[in-house]
Amino acid sequence: MSKLKLIIQREFIAKVRNKSFIIMTFLSPLILIGMGALIYFLMQKNDEKVKEIVFVDNSGLFSKNDFEDTKTVHYLDYTDEGIAATKKKVEAGNYYGALIIPKQDSLELLAKGIEFYSKDSPGMSVMNSIENKIEKKLRNEKLNTFGIDIAKINASRISSNIKMYNFSGEESSKLINGLKIGLGAIAGYLLMMFVIIYGSSVMRSVIEEKTSRIIEVIVSSVKPFQLMLGKIIGNASAGLLQFLIWGIILFTIITIASSIFGVDVVEMQTTNIPTEQMEMAKEMTSGDKGQQVIQEILRLPILKLFVLFIFYFLGGFMLYSSLFAAVGAAVDNETDTQQFMLPIMLPLVLGVYVGFATVINDPHGSIAVLFSHIPLTSPIVMLMRVPFGVSWVELAISMLLLVITFLFMVWLAAKIYRVGILMYGKKASYKDLYKWLKYKG
Amino acid sequence: MKNFLEINNVTKKYEDYTALNNVSLHIPKGSVFGLLGPNGAGKTSLIRIINQITMPDAGAVFLDGEKLAPKHIEQIGYLPEERGLYKSMKVGEQALYLAQLKGLSKTEAKKRLKYWFDKFDIGAWWNKKIEELSKGMAQKVQFIVTVMHNPKLLIFDEPFSGFDPINAQLIAKEILQLREEGATIIFSTHRMESVEEMCDDIALIDKSNKILDGNLDAIKRKFRTHTFQVGLHTTNPKEVETALKNNFEVYAPDFKLLNNGLALNVKLTKENSANDLLSFLTSRGEVQHFVELIPSANDIFIEAVNKNS
Repeated sequence: MSKLKLIIQREFIAKVRNKSFIIMTFLSPLILIGMGALIYFLMQKNDEKVKEIVFVDNSGLFSKNDFEDTKTVHYLDYTDEGIAATKKKVEAGNYYGALIIPKQDSLELLAKGIEFYSKDSPGMSVMNSIENKIEKKLRNEKLNTFGIDIAKINASRISSNIKMYNFSGEESSKLINGLKIGLGAIAGYLLMMFVIIYGSSVMRSVIEEKTSRIIEVIVSSVKPFQLMLGKIIGNASAGLLQFLIWGIILFTIITIASSIFGVDVVEMQTTNIPTEQMEMAKEMTSGDKGQQVIQEILRLPILKLFVLFIFYFLGGFMLYSSLFAAVGAAVDNETDTQQFMLPIMLPLVLGVYVGFATVINDPHGSIAVLFSHIPLTSPIVMLMRVPFGVSWVELAISMLLLVITFLFMVWLAAKIYRVGILMYGKKASYKDLYKWLKYKG
Repeated sequence: MKNFLEINNVTKKYEDYTALNNVSLHIPKGSVFGLLGPNGAGKTSLIRIINQITMPDAGAVFLDGEKLAPKHIEQIGYLPEERGLYKSMKVGEQALYLAQLKGLSKTEAKKRLKYWFDKFDIGAWWNKKIEELSKGMAQKVQFIVTVMHNPKLLIFDEPFSGFDPINAQLIAKEILQLREEGATIIFSTHRMESVEEMCDDIALIDKSNKILDGNLDAIKRKFRTHTFQVGLHTTNPKEVETALKNNFEVYAPDFKLLNNGLALNVKLTKENSANDLLSFLTSRGEVQHFVELIPSANDIFIEAVNKNS
């Protein structure tokens, strides 16, 4: 099959030499990191500005001690100024907002009577934090009226952390579950993106051969099926190369980053967590947490995940790109592809949605299992499930179904392709495609 | 002479449309064979069958005595009417790729390409992309790509389109040279003057059927009307014309004489020959012009197609 090899080689080189491939391969990891850094920076900047909130307490219950200053929010007691004067000051733009606590007969009425005035709509997190503070104070007051010692209540607080195991003896935790969800989601999403990007690249390449009319020269030398297969394999190889380069870049960056920042990389993330969660996080020291993340990652079946990712990427890509090739053959230019794209994109998007909706809640639920076996969605959904542990039997069935379907699809697409590539100046309809399937020779 | 390509009773149908209906052609080895026909007659369908791009529904094709098989791809060179090369690929790489697809090894392909690039003096284009070349330049590359694997059968579909007269001449010379070297050439065109110039045999396909084929000269003989252009210097032309009309069929002339004289188109009748006409003329004056009207390929094409419809 030296001709097939030649075609694969040409398609691979044509793809890899393409400027957009080079840019995407080397620039997108940088863009990704740059964007992450930018968002982090903006978040820091955004919070850096100290918000000053003034409060007028006519109930006499609250004091400055109840409104502890945080890094970003400062509270000022303006009870002496009176409501009207305070409101005016806030309106003039001097302060972020004014909290008005009226005098009420009961704590219940008071809880409902507190008002907040601000020029602009206040942020959700600020309001939540104020509400928490007020609720805490009022709860303590209520407990006081019941004659309950608050110190005892505080002392009675115990937090529980349930350790989870599965029967293969792996210890699991909320953290590792989160990691599994993250890893599965990234793998599934990445696969969808790659199928779309490289699939449409196959399609464009088919259209290019059609519009440049070289197709007639090529098919007088090789079988259309060989050309289609060569195209698909060539593009898949370029995709794998891109993964490899990204992997190397990512590995290098992580290595460099961790040697420069040490554990700090992880620590920085934890300091940014809102105060309520901080209490939970405090239970383990930040260094421990960083180590734990790394340990948990290492305990995931990385190799299995990697091998399966490659398999499902290739299987899913072959399946979809043969469809993309058939679409390319059926049209004369890229704008005509729309009507055929929907049935291709639908299962892809469905796979991602089903994955996010079901796998995260219940990785082994019936919907998740079903969709990880349907060949058009299985590459995405199964990849999302894999980190949670999928039995080899299920994997084997899903993989077998995928291979059978992709062989069938390639055969089907080749029939449309063979006829379509020699049809110029005609926009095919679904009816035409059906006719082409029946042509022989 | 042995036939290099035999097409026997080939039929090709697309759904309810018949592209080729029981077409048989015999193309002698080492000849230039003109495949003619109006647009949409079925020429491209036939060419695609010979190239094994599609298969016939009925009938068979034999190349050099063997039933057409995938291995014959390497013996065929095809220049399609709709030219095309990868626009963003470099000339040299592209030619190498296409040569290898035709079964040449890389080193052999390089050697052959060097020969052709030197011959056409286009070595400087090797590292240029096709999109950087003019249409005529790209056509030259395409011609080389078609012939470089020394195919025994060459199929040229409108080979001169896109060439200026000088380059068209160059290509025509190369095509005839390839025939000298033993290649059999199928030549499909609408330019009838190049049919006259190049073809030994022709076939005319119209509405999916072959309506005419054979040696071009023989066909011309078959289509001749035995009409002569006659120019005569005589003192009393009126009298001569009347006398001619009594013995022959006389028509208005379709040519001009340089000096004044009697100019007529004269058609022989069944009873007389060209010699009878000539001796009649010489007895009446000085013959200035005497040429038989040989039907051109163009005339034959139009007449045959009109008769078919």
